[in-house]
Amino acid sequence: MNIAMLLQMAAETFPDRIALTSSNKDYSYGELYSAAQSAARMFTDSGCDYVSVLDVSSPAVPIALFGAGIAGVPYVPLNYRLSRTELTGLLGRISPVYLITDPGHVEEYQNADIANLIETDAFLAGTLSGDAKETEASDGGDAIAVQLFTSGTTGQPKAAILRHENLVSYILGSVEFMAADEEEANLVTVPPYHIAGISAILSSFYAGRRIVQLPNFSPESWIQLCEGQSVTNVFVVPTMLSRVMEYIESLDTKPKLDALKSVAYGGGKMPINVIKLALIAFPHVNFTNAYGLTETSSTIAVLGPEDHRLANDSDVPEIHRRLGSVGKSLPSVEIEIRDDEGNVLGHNHSGEIYVRGPQVSGEYIERDAKDGDGWFPTRDAGFLDEDGYLFLSGRADDVIVRGGENISPGEVEEVLMAHENVTDAMVLGIPSDEWGEAVVAVVVLKPGTDAHVGDLQKMVRDKLRSSRVPEQILIESALPYNDMGKLIRRQIKALFL
Amino acid sequence: MSTIKPGTRLKSVVCDTEVMVIKYSGDADISCGGTSMIDAKADAPEKGTINEAFSDGSLVGKRYVDADDTMELLCVKPGAGSMSVGDVPLVEKSAKSLPSSD
Repeated sequence: MNIAMLLQMAAETFPDRIALTSSNKDYSYGELYSAAQSAARMFTDSGCDYVSVLDVSSPAVPIALFGAGIAGVPYVPLNYRLSRTELTGLLGRISPVYLITDPGHVEEYQNADIANLIETDAFLAGTLSGDAKETEASDGGDAIAVQLFTSGTTGQPKAAILRHENLVSYILGSVEFMAADEEEANLVTVPPYHIAGISAILSSFYAGRRIVQLPNFSPESWIQLCEGQSVTNVFVVPTMLSRVMEYIESLDTKPKLDALKSVAYGGGKMPINVIKLALIAFPHVNFTNAYGLTETSSTIAVLGPEDHRLANDSDVPEIHRRLGSVGKSLPSVEIEIRDDEGNVLGHNHSGEIYVRGPQVSGEYIERDAKDGDGWFPTRDAGFLDEDGYLFLSGRADDVIVRGGENISPGEVEEVLMAHENVTDAMVLGIPSDEWGEAVVAVVVLKPGTDAHVGDLQKMVRDKLRSSRVPEQILIESALPYNDMGKLIRRQIKALFL
Repeated sequence: MSTIKPGTRLKSVVCDTEVMVIKYSGDADISCGGTSMIDAKADAPEKGTINEAFSDGSLVGKRYVDADDTMELLCVKPGAGSMSVGDVPLVEKSAKSLPSSD
């Protein structure tokens, strides 16, 4: 089934219901479906093989996404923060393209070899003009719906592909059609070139939950939109939640955020102290932690609101620690933990996370990474507890091998974070003649406070063991994160090399 | 009897119901309101009447499955007839309620 069917169902069932609010303008399901049909005809007539949006969030994002679906060509959103060199490289991999972009990029690329170049506003005007003819989507569920270049925090971006059937399986398996009340609104701040930006559109449209777009995040504008648009649901990456809480802390008159019912978070590791403070600051809000990857069509495991409360209130260590887990797998998804030789590990044993299910594509343009039985190696490391709660401990590639001993950066970071003045920490391995790899760390301190490296090393030695003690600990003012709250590890590694 | 695969869209000839095949490949007598459904793009014959035994209706967005879970259909347009394969009714698939995560 084509992803455009999801919008078509919404448009045929509730044509006049508001689907999207962007820059204070409302767009109904009927309008957006008709615009997507117009867009599909434009794409087909142009002869393009790919459709791309290189811009911040706007109504052009869902129109191009579903329009590409109807036209049967892959939708490939691009990151507008990339450099000219990086973008030119990626554009070369998706030619001929129909490129919808901001005025700055139109100017930059007008003399380049881009088959079809159109300004976002012109694209919107052309597709929303309201003279769409019925254009039926093709049936082929195995066609590519979305191609996403992975963030490449460690190297060259890979082209992950998601087929219509992967995305539709995810939506049908996790969202009930039109289950949202008409007053529900979902504030979407994640960038449109990220899988979370795609899944937010699909889930919200199918649930009938209005999307409110916030193209550029700041705590002020986030709170303003939450209050002004009576936002009920939000998705945030951990750094956004920290910044919102710090900002609220600094205000004399606290915002009420009365309408807010649900905060979902994911995209990076949520510091346990931040989620604990958030649970206290917003007692009326339901918190959900979502874990997923581009290659899995977004969420594969969730820690729901009830799990948050039970874990936070529990004195039993095995239950309390679940506040730092990503919860249990979705019913349609299977998760296994395997060691380096591929053996399936038991409860509480750490290894690489493997995942299987109809929403898991596990595919890149270059190759299919799934094994013969459909299992996809995520390259994330973690373990499952006795009740199936999944705990992440970093990327499998980040595991430090020191003198033959495997050290997970996560366990050392947790100890460093326990120091009263440490607000962020990262542990990594650097080449060492003596050990193969040596453990080193970077910590960020609360402004105006201090910490002795010797004390930090002692904490690790006391809590873990001497092999885990970082040989060097640097104090920095901040760690480098990308837009989705993922640490850019290669930048930190460079500090030591 | 029609040959179907995932993505095939069928319409009822006795009511407004339309479904899309999510799971199943092969021949099957998919019926709505007691009469075989036809390809959604085919010309509709004159509307017949709904068999009383299959008149509970189909709801948009609901998934209908057989007892062995070999077949799954998504109702994309609602109607007054209910779904069956031949005379065997299909049942609504109960959805697990999940917290909204995106």
